[in-house]
Amino acid sequence: MSSATEVASPESVSPVRAGRWRTRVEEAILPPLIALLIALVAGDILILSFGQSPGSVYRMLLEGTWGNAYGFGQVIFKATTLIFTGLAVSLGLRAGLFNIGAEGQLAAGGFAAALAGLLLPGATPTLIAVPLAVLAAALAGGAVGWVPGVLKARFGAHEVIVTIMLNFIVLALLNYVVAAHLHVSETLHTPEMRAGAVPRFSSFLEAFHGSAANITFLFALVLAGIVAWFLFRTRGGYDLRATGLQPDAAEYGGIRVGGVWIRTLALSGALAGLGGINYVLGYKHYYEEGFGAGAGFLGIAVALVGRNHPVGVVLAALFFATLSQGGLAIHALVPKQMVEVLQGLVILAVAAAVPEVRRVLRMRPGIAAA
Amino acid sequence: MRFVDFLAQVIRIAIPYLFAAAGGVMAEKAGVVSLALEGFMLSGAFAAVLGSFYSGSPWIGLLCGIVAGLLFGLVHAVASIRYRADQIVVGIAINLLVIGITRFFLRLAFDSSSNSPRVAGFSEPAQGNIFLASLSNPLVWAGLLSVPLLTWVMYRTPFGLRIRAVGEHPEAAETLGIRVPRVRYGAVALSGMLAAMGGVYLALDQHQFTDGMTAGRGFIALAAIIFGRWDPARAGIACLLFAAAETLQIQLQGTQAIPSQFVQMIPYVLTIVALAGVVKRSVPPAALGRSAD
Repeated sequence: MSSATEVASPESVSPVRAGRWRTRVEEAILPPLIALLIALVAGDILILSFGQSPGSVYRMLLEGTWGNAYGFGQVIFKATTLIFTGLAVSLGLRAGLFNIGAEGQLAAGGFAAALAGLLLPGATPTLIAVPLAVLAAALAGGAVGWVPGVLKARFGAHEVIVTIMLNFIVLALLNYVVAAHLHVSETLHTPEMRAGAVPRFSSFLEAFHGSAANITFLFALVLAGIVAWFLFRTRGGYDLRATGLQPDAAEYGGIRVGGVWIRTLALSGALAGLGGINYVLGYKHYYEEGFGAGAGFLGIAVALVGRNHPVGVVLAALFFATLSQGGLAIHALVPKQMVEVLQGLVILAVAAAVPEVRRVLRMRPGIAAA
Repeated sequence: MRFVDFLAQVIRIAIPYLFAAAGGVMAEKAGVVSLALEGFMLSGAFAAVLGSFYSGSPWIGLLCGIVAGLLFGLVHAVASIRYRADQIVVGIAINLLVIGITRFFLRLAFDSSSNSPRVAGFSEPAQGNIFLASLSNPLVWAGLLSVPLLTWVMYRTPFGLRIRAVGEHPEAAETLGIRVPRVRYGAVALSGMLAAMGGVYLALDQHQFTDGMTAGRGFIALAAIIFGRWDPARAGIACLLFAAAETLQIQLQGTQAIPSQFVQMIPYVLTIVALAGVVKRSVPPAALGRSAD
């Protein structure tokens, strides 16, 4: 007991605090850097196996993504969906919940947005139609997320299995509805929506011409800010994080953990559902089977590499979007499938590096005692 | 349709599930979450086609497939046991990685983005009778035997006892002198090989590799494991049940009796119902997902 008061004396607090902060930053940044290095080496091997020079392939990758306005626009477009799904997964992980259902929630959100835009009269003002379509996406994704929350809180069903199974159920259900009732003949998509489209960047800036980047990106950035504020500045966010750190202690501290689980998974589902508006409201203006193209699963990678922090999520989303757009840019030299290998390696390496880096840093003299 | 043909069709569909479910039960009983079954299967399918293509022998293909499953099983084990990475993330990463690797090497080896050329398999469906063709395929027998064999290993051998101990209470197992990481390494490596054999069967049965050909079968196997409450025999029965539903759906196609999407949902809905405990709750091994410290 007496040692606790000694530690709290003003002289000893600041260096320990500074050391802790440094450790936390290193813990957050080192794993992605290690993963990036591993991916670069693996990438070199793959490129060499195809008889190309790594330097020129990587240069081509950068020129085709951040090097011109169209490529940059496509990176932004792909990153937008990933920010939503990445935020969704990371919000769940902050509460100790693994939401693997982002793929299905994303599809449900996109479908609901398209349906809203289809049902609204064509004359609906944009200022009414867009919020309604956005709300529909959030509600649909949220409903899909709510189910595993209730099953976990009420019956103790593990959310990982339930969300995986729900992905298949939701996608099959949507396929049925679209195929049996809503598709335009000869296609796998719904009719074009009558209201609710949002403008692309190319309508303000000519340079973006041809790219699908749209103002949903700005919405995603604002939402990342809101999620950060919620997590770190509100009571609900505190309850959520406390539940994630130690559910029994949180329960003992007066937090109703079951309620937090249900609310968090519903919110997480709503965030993933909102991702659907990027494609539906901002790009195609209809729902199409498989439009998510794995963005839900990649959201897990984004959350992991972004270390479950909204700022990290945005950066990681840009990184993974650069990789997938970069794959198209280098396809003339190396098959674009190379980036899929790299994505998988990055996830694996980050997952393995996180506990290892923590262990090594905690062994550093002076920190362990703090 | 004759009953024998129906049965043959059910077995044909069930074999990949049986292999993968056997592998999954083994890993999960040892306390390692098994989300990579899909990836193991796909790696087995691709390696089998590579092996069969270059050697002309399906046996070499089978061997290559098993080695691929072993390799990815070891990757899973090293990441989740040695480095204590989150087992769920590792599983998902392996699935994504295998999709990427098979696509990349499909390009490199066969210059195609969709499928490989035709390769030699065990059975020739050209004989016309799928029942007889199945009987002549050694992988069909291996798949059917994998479940009783696994039951025997899990409940009648020291290795099986160790696996169960490690999955239920690693600390107690450690106290008794069992080397927990070593048992888990073995279980996960075997799980990779078993699941990969499901992929080998699939690819050699179709005499080629097509991009993403496992098409979620690893997850159906996972559903069977949970629906079977982590028991090898029950999981095997669940595999047959799911395969029978699929066979019925194929038979009913065109009659518009039930939309095919609803039949596809059956395994997943049943799994959720089983997890929620409507009949009898499905309870996982106690230390599932926990790394030993």
